[in-house]
Amino acid sequence: MSEFKTANVEVRMPSRMGFEKVAMSTASSVAKLMGFRDERIEDLKTAVAEACINAIEHGNRLNEKLSVGVVLSASADSLEVKVIDDGKGLKNPPGKVIKPDIDRKMHGEEDPRGMGMFLMQALVDEAEWVAGSEGKSSYVRLVIRLDKDAE
Amino acid sequence: MQSETKAHVENLTSPAGHAVSVLRFEGDIASTSKDAVLGTYQALPKETAKIVLLDFTKVDYINSSGIALVIQMMIEAANSGQKVFAFGLSAHFTKVFTMVGITRYAGLFPTQGEALAAL
Repeated sequence: MSEFKTANVEVRMPSRMGFEKVAMSTASSVAKLMGFRDERIEDLKTAVAEACINAIEHGNRLNEKLSVGVVLSASADSLEVKVIDDGKGLKNPPGKVIKPDIDRKMHGEEDPRGMGMFLMQALVDEAEWVAGSEGKSSYVRLVIRLDKDAE
Repeated sequence: MQSETKAHVENLTSPAGHAVSVLRFEGDIASTSKDAVLGTYQALPKETAKIVLLDFTKVDYINSSGIALVIQMMIEAANSGQKVFAFGLSAHFTKVFTMVGITRYAGLFPTQGEALAAL
């Protein structure tokens, strides 16, 4: 594929479960145009879905009057996805998310839920949680990089 | 927006002669799938359904809330002395299930035939 020129794509969607699939398919389309392998696109789709679900459920607290913004910024060698909500963001954004402990979950010592942030961080090259100023416009920033040898 | 989760049960016998309850899912597996996933599982007779096989062949989308429902089912199954296996996951979701540790408690197989042959 010829050198990909920079491009920005923005999507706004309601804070309603299920609409994360709009962001998934948009991210998938952009990543495909950039030449990412199918395996990496599947990783990106899951990470974007989890970011949107957190924005809908925790950031905007399922308030359909609030929207979730998804901003995709494609460059020659990477794709950055910001998922923005109107929540306060995390008080203590994690550097490294702890891997879910399946043994503790199976023994009822840990909530079966709570895997979204781990999946985001594990499936993309960078995942960063940024609390917005004045208690809103917090975002998650995900980055996947093109591996020019493998893609 | 989310495609409704459908589920139905088929009772099979493995080549080794074991009764196997196959839970066949269709659609998305997400937070809205509680009745389809847990409800269908909970309707199985605990005395006879000792091997539960999950069919994900017709599932395109599973998110972390859906994975949590599968883990809840696995917890109930473990407490009831049942064994859980699965087949039909895409390569991506096989990787995701492995990453979160589900494979430590539920064997994954590519196809129904391979799953039944191993049971």
